[in-house]
Amino acid sequence: MLYREVGEFKPSYKKDQQTFPIRLDRYAFYAVLAFAFFVVPFLINDYWANAILLPFLIFGIAAIGLNILTGYCGQVSLGSGGFMAVGAYACYKLMTGFPDLNIIFCIMLSGGVTALVGVMFGLPSLRIKGFYLAVATLAAQFFLIWVFNKVAWFYNYSASGQITAPERTLFGMTVSGASATPEVAYVVCLSFLVVMALVARNLTRGSVGRKWMAIRDMDIAAEIIGVNPLMAKLTAFGVSSFYVGIAGALLFSVYLGAVEVGEVFGIQKSFLILFMIIIGGLGSIFGSLAGAAFLVLMPVVLKNVMVGQLGWAVDIAAHFEFLVVGALIIFFLIVEPHGFAMLWRIIKEKLRLWPFPH
Amino acid sequence: MESAAFFYGMEVFLNGLMTGVMYSLVALGFVLIFKASGIFNYAQGVMALFAALTLVGFQNGQIPFSHLINAIFGTDIHHFGWHMPAFLAILFALLVMIIFAILVEKLVLQHLVNQEPIILFMATIGLAYFMEGFGDLMWGSNVKKLDIGIPQGGNLWIEESTAFLGGEDFYGFYLDTLDIYATVIAIILVAGLVMFSQYTKTGRALRAVADDHQAALSVGISLRKIWVIVWCIAGFVALVAGIMWGSKSGVQFSLSLIALKALPVLILGGFTSIPGAIIGGLIIGVGEKMFEFLIGAPLLGGATENWFAYMLALVFLVFRPQGLFGEKIIERV
Amino acid sequence: MTATESYQTPDGRTIGPSVMEMRNITLRFGGVTAIHDISFDIREGEIRAIIGPNGAGKSSMLNVINGFYHPQEGEILYKGEVRKPMKPHEIAYQGIARTFQNIALFKGMTTLDNIMTGRLTHMKTGMLEQIIWSGKAEREEVENRAFVERIIDFLEIQTIRKTPVGRLPYGLQKRVELGRALAAEPSLLLLDEPMAGMNVEEKEDMSRFILDVNDEFGTTIALIEHDMSVVMDLADRVVVMDYGKKIGDGTPAEVRNNQAVIDAYLGVSHD
Repeated sequence: MLYREVGEFKPSYKKDQQTFPIRLDRYAFYAVLAFAFFVVPFLINDYWANAILLPFLIFGIAAIGLNILTGYCGQVSLGSGGFMAVGAYACYKLMTGFPDLNIIFCIMLSGGVTALVGVMFGLPSLRIKGFYLAVATLAAQFFLIWVFNKVAWFYNYSASGQITAPERTLFGMTVSGASATPEVAYVVCLSFLVVMALVARNLTRGSVGRKWMAIRDMDIAAEIIGVNPLMAKLTAFGVSSFYVGIAGALLFSVYLGAVEVGEVFGIQKSFLILFMIIIGGLGSIFGSLAGAAFLVLMPVVLKNVMVGQLGWAVDIAAHFEFLVVGALIIFFLIVEPHGFAMLWRIIKEKLRLWPFPH
Repeated sequence: MESAAFFYGMEVFLNGLMTGVMYSLVALGFVLIFKASGIFNYAQGVMALFAALTLVGFQNGQIPFSHLINAIFGTDIHHFGWHMPAFLAILFALLVMIIFAILVEKLVLQHLVNQEPIILFMATIGLAYFMEGFGDLMWGSNVKKLDIGIPQGGNLWIEESTAFLGGEDFYGFYLDTLDIYATVIAIILVAGLVMFSQYTKTGRALRAVADDHQAALSVGISLRKIWVIVWCIAGFVALVAGIMWGSKSGVQFSLSLIALKALPVLILGGFTSIPGAIIGGLIIGVGEKMFEFLIGAPLLGGATENWFAYMLALVFLVFRPQGLFGEKIIERV
Repeated sequence: MTATESYQTPDGRTIGPSVMEMRNITLRFGGVTAIHDISFDIREGEIRAIIGPNGAGKSSMLNVINGFYHPQEGEILYKGEVRKPMKPHEIAYQGIARTFQNIALFKGMTTLDNIMTGRLTHMKTGMLEQIIWSGKAEREEVENRAFVERIIDFLEIQTIRKTPVGRLPYGLQKRVELGRALAAEPSLLLLDEPMAGMNVEEKEDMSRFILDVNDEFGTTIALIEHDMSVVMDLADRVVVMDYGKKIGDGTPAEVRNNQAVIDAYLGVSHD
């Protein structure tokens, strides 16, 4: 028997509440972490980093952030693109304004700035719900993009309106900008993701997470049992924006190196991240990562198959991407609104009993 | 004599009204579907795009999926070689939209019957993406010119007859004839829809379904049939909107973004009110243009039209969430 | 109206002074007056029933006690002090918990999580400590889990603790909701039609739980109920409402013989 779930009885509540109650799951997790940290950096090359790994790590962080807001707390947001922009521009201003500040601090502070902006744009959530709130977040999205386009202070009055990450090093290796070494960029992003995923796990399993979920499920009842809706929603906005802001800062400084706000942080990004959490599973950290992985990999696979193998034009592949994503969204919403995460759980349940039907 | 500036302002106002009418056309499709099924159909904008693409495709005798067929089979086909008269093309495009409505109901709506509104909304986002890719694959994604014979360009008659108003520097109101046509068509459409909804049996059934699905079912109204009818009407409205917008600015991807603009219109007018969609559209159209004219261009560097509508909607949401005409939602425990 | 002395009931419970007093409460919604100048009190440790025909304003009264609705006129005294207008979540911290007529459980969570949410008013660790999952955060989580498990034992719902509540049958959902209210260790427990939709066995179980809660923990209970036999058996005192007005107030025996109550609600049996 390779994988045993049965027979794992927990003698204490503490053990029952662990993230990985099944021992083999825990070992698998440590193994994956070890592989990711100690093996991959030696195997990585530019293509893998830029096409797959870095986007996955960065959007994984953004997806967890949006999932906290939308999946756990039930506040729909279509403004994630705009908030990633806030993170990116905050990072830019910090990097150019304080050249001696370590890039890691720049990124974390950018997250903080985005959290504050997020709380501000989250204030309407106290009076509006559901997709009325989605519209309000759209306002945030369009307004923020416009601001970063128009207000020259944000891009240091450069003629092109583009922002470019100045070169920064970490432990002597270039980490930012287009000339960043892929291993370093990868490890930085990976570290952020691992830490932030753990933090998200802690937040969502305690009373903070329960307050959020109570607001999501029935905010009136939540209020009556003692949840302060103002604090719960604003903390959700704040924490979520922190995550999204960090993702934006990483996207700009470590991954792309240069950004034109309309293309990179437009409404399409907001939808992309939303799709990640729908397909991956609302209210699940594993789901956020699964969704991010899927939506990062799928276009790459499609392009490789269609353009690389079948020789079709690039735009056909792009159209198919839209087609497939759209169809998948509908499919998941019909078949399993809780996404991959739930599908995985159901598969495990069925495997426990297989070959018996029930 | 008042200055030319005032009349230029008036011109902006009038153009705002016309733009507003165009917005209302799109918003109408939303209201219909929302009223009947509680779904906010994000795909309405893409439906307009798809309808317009199909219309142009039929008019020009395009072969559907030609790009893809050529890629798979190595052929080089593009057109059937005929040109369809506008009238026929419109009919065929309408037929396609009807088939689309039936398929959507069968494959998507039926399976999502009891889900929460936000899930339905996200499903329509998925539908929008799907239609986008599908439409592009079917007809190609290059910008197309749509011309079914509606006259375009500044209306000389109006321009000349109002030139006397503003003195020397004013050359008369520049109003696009197309916009005038759009206004008239929109008014006819709205009047028709209101009469349909109030005075026909199906219209009554529609209103019943909008109120309470269960109750409508229990008096024998077929939910599925009503949904198909509603999506057909919405498809028709989308076709009209697609024709208007497509004639004005060509048939291209940005047409689908109009859906996003309709959201503020609906916030203002209420999601369930047909007159609300009209008035909301007018307010947004005028508001956008006037704001840009008076404040945006001179003081803020322009391009405020990108976000003004949403900010206005946001303000409304905070103070009057049900819009000007919508129903107030009272939550009970 | 304010009772200030305690007394002993025949079955050995102590009923104390008034813990909650409603004085001249009037509640209006637009043109409709839901509650019209109603005054009554609830004494510590007693089981107070609120009965009356549908639409009489009973749930609204509970919502006023909860702080969900704010009466236009009148005042509420809680534990002897006039209650300032407060938000519902602040009132929860004062020790008032309730169940709902149409079950207001958190459908996305398991039974255990739902009842754990009831412990929120007793959980003190801040967000920062939870982020790092400090020893303090973990200890508090485990302690509260232990408390919740005792409630789960009390309500005999051990087998469904990890089931998402949306999947549970109606009767069990009502029990979980009671558990969530109990988890808050309330001084005053408000039950809105706890027996609705239950069969005889389930009603017996629920009655037993209510009596046990009142007996073991001394919790004051106010309940809305339609089943007269339940009311007569459980309640110490009864308030009768009709069209937003109070038409009866006293022990079950007194109320049963009140002509106004009989006319409006109870009716007379014809043999």
